[in-house]
Amino acid sequence: MSDLRAAVAAGALGSEESYRELLQAIVECARAIFGAKASSIFLHDEATDELVFEAVAGEGAGDLIGVRFPSSSGVAGWVLVTRQPLVIEELEEDPRFAREVAESTGYVPKGLMAVPLLHDEEALGVLEVLDRPQQAAFSLKEMELLGLFANEAAIALDLLQRARKARAVLADEGGDANALARLAQLLSDAAPERREAAERLLAAVEKLL
Amino acid sequence: MEDLPAWSLPAEAAKQISIGEEWPERVTRDWAWGGSTGKGVSVCILDSGVESSHPLVGELDGAVAVSRDEDDEVSVSEDTEGDLCGHGTACAGIVRALAPECSLHSVRVLGAGFKGSGPVLLGGLRWAVDQGFDVVNMSLSTTKRQFAELLHELADTAYFKRTVLVASAHNMPVESYPWRFSSVISVGSHEDPDPQTFFYNPSPPVEFFGRGVGVEIAWLGGGTIRSSGNSFATPHIAGICALILGKHPELTPFQLKNVLYLTANNVGGGR
Repeated sequence: MSDLRAAVAAGALGSEESYRELLQAIVECARAIFGAKASSIFLHDEATDELVFEAVAGEGAGDLIGVRFPSSSGVAGWVLVTRQPLVIEELEEDPRFAREVAESTGYVPKGLMAVPLLHDEEALGVLEVLDRPQQAAFSLKEMELLGLFANEAAIALDLLQRARKARAVLADEGGDANALARLAQLLSDAAPERREAAERLLAAVEKLL
Repeated sequence: MEDLPAWSLPAEAAKQISIGEEWPERVTRDWAWGGSTGKGVSVCILDSGVESSHPLVGELDGAVAVSRDEDDEVSVSEDTEGDLCGHGTACAGIVRALAPECSLHSVRVLGAGFKGSGPVLLGGLRWAVDQGFDVVNMSLSTTKRQFAELLHELADTAYFKRTVLVASAHNMPVESYPWRFSSVISVGSHEDPDPQTFFYNPSPPVEFFGRGVGVEIAWLGGGTIRSSGNSFATPHIAGICALILGKHPELTPFQLKNVLYLTANNVGGGR
């Protein structure tokens, strides 16, 4: 039974790693397509009501993963609470903003695009693209493109959260997962006729659910 | 004048049905809001609060903050903190630029963290509708279905009480509210730099497009910054609504939407 649990846990852990890679690939791609200096994905941590860096490409990559700030602060906070994408230019001209951002990220962008990551009815986080080339005037085409990246990032973030939840459930010794693991063990040990009958029953349960 | 019949129209009451204003054969922008400054119209910014001392905003005629206690009770109190993030100030500045003499009110429903923002949004909107503001600017939305029904009821109540809700649409394929309700005026962005240019969208649910790209917005601390998004297209339409209501205060939301339609750049040609 513990082997099975370990196997399932390994699956959940493995998928978390894959989803993190997917998030990283999305920010790398967003950064490249927009010709931007950096791109990041923030996850909204419901338990603490904070935004957490989950993936960073370009400036700040490597140092920022796991850095947190309150969900009501900064442009990412606006975007999360209003659920509206925003583009802001000439940010460095505001010293108050610059200081705030520099403290949390070590990097002050000149401009940024931010879009909420919405999946089903949840606002899971925010995708930001920092410092596109100055000569490229912003247009609604960019907003649309950003929306497409956001859609992809929201799905990846949802999968990442599911994987984390699965791991948490498996880590909990008293959890329901133990019952499922026991059942799977009994099933694999049962005689062929009994197993066939049990599988038909499970199929019916699956249909019911 | 006697009250008009509410539910049916007997023959002898037909003469009481008048719309109070002669509508011209062709509705032009000059008829709709020529000479109007928005004077006499109250506009509520349902957002993160408003920095009242900002030169682009001027005086506020009222500011409240909506909060939620541990028992989920929502309460409304005088707002002494102003704007917590800058979003509301930006929206207020856009309305003020279009309708300089309108009366601006702030209802703060954002800024105290993401959690619990749904009930606070609902509580704030309910309060705003109860106050009977002429126009409520909502550059925000919720994706939570549990609030959709209550928001829908509130939007309809506002519509029948002559409070016009102007709400930002989403440019992403998500279900969000209240902009999708037909009792509100929903707004997306166009790229033209003229603040009075707006378009009717013959392919709803988004009904109108206002200026939303490269907008000079009021920023915290008295400055300005250039920004884009439907959040800023929405107060452009709210400001134009204030101008129209300043000249034609008797218009219902239905009639106002008609005037917007008839004066849209792609319908009346912006005349």
